[in-house]
Amino acid sequence: MALIKEIDYGTPIRRTKKVLTLTIDGQSVTVPVGTSVMAAAMALGTEIPKLCATDTLEPFGSCRLCLVEIEGRRETPASCTTPVEEGMVVRTQTDRLAKLRRGVMELYISDHPLDCLTCSANGDCELQDMAGAVGLREVRYGYAGAGHLDAPKDTSNPYFTFEDSKCIVCSRCVRACEEVQGTFALTIQGRGFDSRVSPGGMDFFGSECVSCGACVQACPTATLNENSVIETGTPEHSVITTCAYCGVGCSFKAEMRGTMVVRMVPYKHGKANEGHSCVKGRFAWGYATHKDRMTKPMIREKITDPWREVSWEEAIERAAGELKRIQAKYGRDSIGGITSSRCTNEETFLVQKLVRAAFGNNNVDTCARVCHSPTGYGLKTTLGTSAGTHDFASVDQADVIIVIGANPTDGHPVFASRMKRRLREGARLIVIDPRRIDLVRSPHIEADYHLPLKPGANVAMINALAHVIVTEGLVDEEYVRERCEVDAFESWARFVADERHSPEAVEDITGVPAADIRGAARLYATGGNAAIYYGLGVTEHSQGSTMVMGMANIAMATGNIGKPGTGVNPLRGQNNVQGSCDMGSFPHEFSGYRHVSDDATRQMFETLWGVSLLSEPGLRIPNMLDEAVSGSFKALYIQGEDIAQSDPDTQHVTAALKAMEFVVIQDIFLNETAKYAHVFLPGSSFLEKDGTFTNAERRINRVRKVMPPLGGLADWEATMALSNALGYLMNYSHPSEIMDEIARLTPTFAGVSYEKLDRLGSIQWPCNDAAPSGTPMMHVDRFVRGKGKFMITEFVPTEERTGPRFPLILTTGRILSQYNVGAQTRRTENSRWHEEDVLEIHPFDAESRGILDGDLVSLESRSGDIALRAQISERMQPGVVYTTFHHAKTGANVITTDYSDWATNCPEYKVTAVQVRRTNRPSDWQARFYEEDLALKRIDANMKAAE
Amino acid sequence: MPRFVEWDQARAREIIAAHALLDGPVLPIFHALLEEFGYIHEEAISLVASDLNLSRAEIHGTVSFYHDFRRKPAGRHVLKLCRAEACQSMNGPQIARDLLAKLGVDWGETTSDGALTVEPVYCLGLCACAPSALYDGEPIGRLDAERLDAVVREARSI
Repeated sequence: MALIKEIDYGTPIRRTKKVLTLTIDGQSVTVPVGTSVMAAAMALGTEIPKLCATDTLEPFGSCRLCLVEIEGRRETPASCTTPVEEGMVVRTQTDRLAKLRRGVMELYISDHPLDCLTCSANGDCELQDMAGAVGLREVRYGYAGAGHLDAPKDTSNPYFTFEDSKCIVCSRCVRACEEVQGTFALTIQGRGFDSRVSPGGMDFFGSECVSCGACVQACPTATLNENSVIETGTPEHSVITTCAYCGVGCSFKAEMRGTMVVRMVPYKHGKANEGHSCVKGRFAWGYATHKDRMTKPMIREKITDPWREVSWEEAIERAAGELKRIQAKYGRDSIGGITSSRCTNEETFLVQKLVRAAFGNNNVDTCARVCHSPTGYGLKTTLGTSAGTHDFASVDQADVIIVIGANPTDGHPVFASRMKRRLREGARLIVIDPRRIDLVRSPHIEADYHLPLKPGANVAMINALAHVIVTEGLVDEEYVRERCEVDAFESWARFVADERHSPEAVEDITGVPAADIRGAARLYATGGNAAIYYGLGVTEHSQGSTMVMGMANIAMATGNIGKPGTGVNPLRGQNNVQGSCDMGSFPHEFSGYRHVSDDATRQMFETLWGVSLLSEPGLRIPNMLDEAVSGSFKALYIQGEDIAQSDPDTQHVTAALKAMEFVVIQDIFLNETAKYAHVFLPGSSFLEKDGTFTNAERRINRVRKVMPPLGGLADWEATMALSNALGYLMNYSHPSEIMDEIARLTPTFAGVSYEKLDRLGSIQWPCNDAAPSGTPMMHVDRFVRGKGKFMITEFVPTEERTGPRFPLILTTGRILSQYNVGAQTRRTENSRWHEEDVLEIHPFDAESRGILDGDLVSLESRSGDIALRAQISERMQPGVVYTTFHHAKTGANVITTDYSDWATNCPEYKVTAVQVRRTNRPSDWQARFYEEDLALKRIDANMKAAE
Repeated sequence: MPRFVEWDQARAREIIAAHALLDGPVLPIFHALLEEFGYIHEEAISLVASDLNLSRAEIHGTVSFYHDFRRKPAGRHVLKLCRAEACQSMNGPQIARDLLAKLGVDWGETTSDGALTVEPVYCLGLCACAPSALYDGEPIGRLDAERLDAVVREARSI
């Protein structure tokens, strides 16, 4: 293995179809129109010296090192800013050019420290490379004059250092922040000799910087360098793998020294991210080797006992023995398992196989239950498949973008950067969200419409948009006639045309002026290619599934599915939430979304697995918890999920866990749920195993092992051991064999193999004989279900109502630096951006309660109460408060209720009636949490000492 | 009567709003703010950035490029001495050094009585009557110690 160095063409690769031919250094080359001379040369393998150019950025022409001679031109133009022309004859190496380039380098080096041997970028420095390339041997100007060699370092960012003395002011960082990330946090300050890169005249940490790392990656010198490289030195080999944070699924080069990660660098050939990253994937990977990592299996009799470290054999034997005992005593259906959207497809597939084949029931569910299960239901019903319709690249061709109930700049930052680039190019934006998220207005981006609806009014809103589309004659009738079920369309059209769905009629429900809704509907229907992107603000409602169908309805009605720049696309929360759903994690479905009652499918599984399988769906997570409380559900195996923090109504969850006789937790940390467990199996991080993740665009990406599992076994190996101990034999020597089994059993995965994944980089399912390289865009000529089906979407208000006792609505979400339950990000420096969960509250609501910014407040719902600090924010609308659930000790889900989506039981996280008042102490739950945190996480001290 | 008014956020926002619809409004806004307040207050950076929907860094980059967009209030009067080639050849450096020593200030500083700020400038296009200067925007040619004394006297008188 060696360090992977991607080719840098110097300027972006143009994708125009028209080509032309020119001659460079006597060699003929044919390239697309618009290509620069520099990139054309690189296509021949001829590297023209350069400093300010890199192919992720538009050409700039400032360093003057890439000068070339072109026949018929007197001057020596910069090859980066000169587009190729037909018949052009270029010379890249002549005596004149050599002299000019050396002269330029002399000027650079006259104000650059010559400490190469002790410099953190030694061996990874383009300035060093260029000095070599131009044959720099002396610097006529000396070092006696004014210089910047004493400029101070900025070490305020926890992940990288800005060493101004090494800066050559090429502006690559400034341009990366603008063009790639779209934050515009960097500038060149001052003029002339005083020109310096600056994050706006302050330090990096206090600036607008979001720490995405694009500037560090663009920097050709040591000026912006990762602290990990400064501390340990440059890496020696790289492994291409996939980020384990959100559902964007960015490809990274894990740059290594032995089994130690030195840095994670976004991979240019990764199709989901194309070389970009965010603060989480790029920098927040230190949790993987954090001191809190659990590396030994542990067991205990009672949850009040301290944990005792044991061998894998003993732990597995205990787990299998107890599960068998409980099934013998309480029946086959008294146990179940939960798969993880953080683990790989192969591991998820294995857990559901364990439940169906070894447990002998269908009691398997996944955390997608609590996030995107309505997406699966809604899109399958209307379009025929439980997934987003388009690839991320499609947004480059969108003319109108609707973002509903998603906060991409925080939740899916790399996709947000791509979307923002398209918006800067002129695409129009409609944001439908109770909060004024950053996309509504931030530098160079402004939504045409922000519809700040009341939480819970989604379906009324989508029906009002549909009403405008239908009654104002904006339906694409030809598309509907050709591609959709006409009867269903007609009854839907009659339904939404009813006056009670007009924007005016629902103004009281939505809280949004009718004129804005009308304007937004017209823009969506008539503005060209229109794409919908949505998140949990759509799904986590009592009518989540209805809303998903409502969005599919308006997309079909306006012909906005099946061509680039359109579609209905969920932004998936977790790295493998799409995959965990695909892999048959639901109690009613085998992999590929086939119902367990389907005899042909079940028979196929029975034949290959050699067991008989149940045709009745098993229990969903909420049912398991309810039945545990009522006494019939007794044991649970949970892989990589922390339901005691992530699931709604924490007190109900923990009561259920306490009521079970036996709980097995497999996780990389002793998480909140593990407090109620009897066997703990140490999990493996994404760095410790092979496998695949499937991102929000159905893209199957490879995860590659860069270090051995810290606990000794990868998660799939632990599941296999448990299954074997239960008497159902599993025998895989590598996850690729599990994928082969998935491919044999799942039509949409039929063509997937590790060999093909290695060859193509990634594959978007369906991948089969009809689409051997996968399917970037679905429903192109026809819908997967045949004809698109319009569904009636009656608005039914949630039963969660505000009233005198609970007058405000709480809605929950997340922020950029923290991720989900925070198990990973809280164990990184990311916490410096967000140390605790706070309650965002509108100034009006704060003032009427005498609450000042930073006050401790009590947040109470009918489920429970917690205390947290208030942050007064005009992002909120009056009557609505907001918090995150990143910190276990806050207990945001103590507040949320057991209401859920009518079709899928996805919890109604986004609407909880609450009251807020000042307080001076933690809530009773929080006090108990602190006590239990100590009492139930004890590890036998003698065992530790004996090691 | 003071030439400039005290920094006032509301007034600044009016000025920003009055120019916001111009094509390329940043420079006209800062000229207007300078005219009103005599300097560019720290808060003005964020205000202009948020009102124009640009980043603070971008505005900082623009403002820091121009020396005239001073970040602190100047003295009651401003004298800009030319330090470009023609004025240098006509004894400009000596005259400047003497003046700074006499006033007890360095380039860019203001006299302790707040009367006069002395700044460098690089070519006023008055090379024919070098060394030259600009006093509160009015050009002065053929500078010598005597003329500068008169300027300082006038500055201190009002």
